[in-house]
Amino acid sequence: MISQLTVFLANERGRLAAACRTLADAGFNMHSLVLADTADFGVVRIFCDRPDEAASLLVDAGYRAAVTPVIAVRVPNEPGGLARLLEFCDEAGMNVEYGYCYSVGEDGAIDVLKIEGTDAEERLAAAGFAVVRAEEIYAA
Amino acid sequence: MYYQPEIETMPVDELRALQLTRMRESMRNAYENVPLFRERFDAAGVSPDDLESLEDLARFPFVVKQDMRDAYPFGMFARENKDVARIHASSGTTGQATVVGHTASDLANWGDCFARGIAMVGGSEDSTIQVSYGYGLFTGGLGAHAGGEAMGCTVIPTSSGNTKRQVQMMKDCKTDILACTPSYALLIADTAIEMGYDPATEFPISAVICGAEPASQNMKDEIAEKLGVQYCDVYGLSEIMGPGVAMECKERGGIHVAEDQFYCEIVDPETLEVLPDGEWGELVITTLVRECCPLIRYRTRDVTRIISEPCACGRTHRKIDYLRGRTDDMLIIRGVNVFPSQIEQVITEFPEIATQYQIILSNKGPLDRVELQVETVPEFPIDEVRKIEDLKSRLGAELKSNLQVAVEIKIVEPKTIERSMGKAKRVIDLREAKN
Repeated sequence: MISQLTVFLANERGRLAAACRTLADAGFNMHSLVLADTADFGVVRIFCDRPDEAASLLVDAGYRAAVTPVIAVRVPNEPGGLARLLEFCDEAGMNVEYGYCYSVGEDGAIDVLKIEGTDAEERLAAAGFAVVRAEEIYAA
Repeated sequence: MYYQPEIETMPVDELRALQLTRMRESMRNAYENVPLFRERFDAAGVSPDDLESLEDLARFPFVVKQDMRDAYPFGMFARENKDVARIHASSGTTGQATVVGHTASDLANWGDCFARGIAMVGGSEDSTIQVSYGYGLFTGGLGAHAGGEAMGCTVIPTSSGNTKRQVQMMKDCKTDILACTPSYALLIADTAIEMGYDPATEFPISAVICGAEPASQNMKDEIAEKLGVQYCDVYGLSEIMGPGVAMECKERGGIHVAEDQFYCEIVDPETLEVLPDGEWGELVITTLVRECCPLIRYRTRDVTRIISEPCACGRTHRKIDYLRGRTDDMLIIRGVNVFPSQIEQVITEFPEIATQYQIILSNKGPLDRVELQVETVPEFPIDEVRKIEDLKSRLGAELKSNLQVAVEIKIVEPKTIERSMGKAKRVIDLREAKN
């Protein structure tokens, strides 16, 4: 499992910048960031080094931040890479809460999934999916 | 078990007749002996002789706390000094103190009122009552003390303070009933637990009689659970008498007013029209037997409603509901009266929501807009938008059903809502006055 840093932000000008600045000033390097936004708030999901420390830093600075375990799967950079993964989840009855993807170099992409239940990662690995270990993404 | 069964279970028509007779006497006492009432009645063109039914009371003018302040110290007294047995005074932290006088008969009636509450919690002359209200100008200590003596209890006048000794007395002297403020009852319970006791099982105490400050239902339940007791809510105010104006029986669901001594009305705090039983509004009290300081239509600023349904305890005196707040706190939103305490009550039912909140009122366009800003507790899973949206809609629905007003919920970041050491600023009213 990957420890994803999650931050709850008001959907107001400058809030995302302020949160990023707080992390930057403390020397946290981010590897990915996605933002789920609604009319009045946003949920920011970040892969960064030392996520537990980053969460504590943000909480101390007055943010609502937490670490969320998610699953990252490396898929080939070709049509159907993500579709095959999601179809497997669907057929296996694994409920995906949310997901997002980012490309890594020329030949691959990382698909990040939040799946209900505790055994999803094992089942994906058993089915031959390339589950990514935390140390491949960030320094713990 | 009743203290004065013939009065407490008096048939309602007899009780109303008694109230009318006493109300006339009380009005005459006020009119003939207190210049303020004579001036007000004359100005309104009414006299005590105009009171032919209880409903006629609505024709008479109100008095408010400021009238009592202005009359400081003895301007509202209807008796000469030789007949005054004791005076009490309110703290005066919000202005000039108000002084209230009591004749010997007033004090005896007060003791009876409080003693009825002692009976409501199963007390008798065999009981030991520990009075941990402060003694002094404040009416709590001596009011509860008078009740204990009227009932014939053993009274332990510990007053407030020295909490460990309170616990020791409670244990060693086998206190059955504790009378104090709710916050002090909780402190005593917690102190006893810290001292290594389990008061719920190890102490004989079976009841607390608590009042003089607001307490949420959660707090009352916590006190009842920690001490293993029946919780009796007592209502009173020093201008009217002190604790004992109304007391809660074991059936709960409201607080029985001593209707042979006090007549209650509920009025709309804006229009001052009398509201029917069951509707929420400002409690207005007329004293029926007070000799030294009779009050006709005193506006308490407390918000409650009258519950007229018969009570299973057998008492015929109507109840008032647990206080919802003060009229000073009332908001009028789209014509509906809303109290911050109602919103607070709903919030406490949501463990996902932290206790801080802020209400922002605005009126862009013709309608008032209400936004409630709340924070989630740190444990709440902020990761899932669905859960946050679900929380918002559940909270919104619950508020809508409680307040009859649509409230927009905004979940905000921690510390968006200003913390304050004293009374937090809960309401921000940005509405422009409509003409």
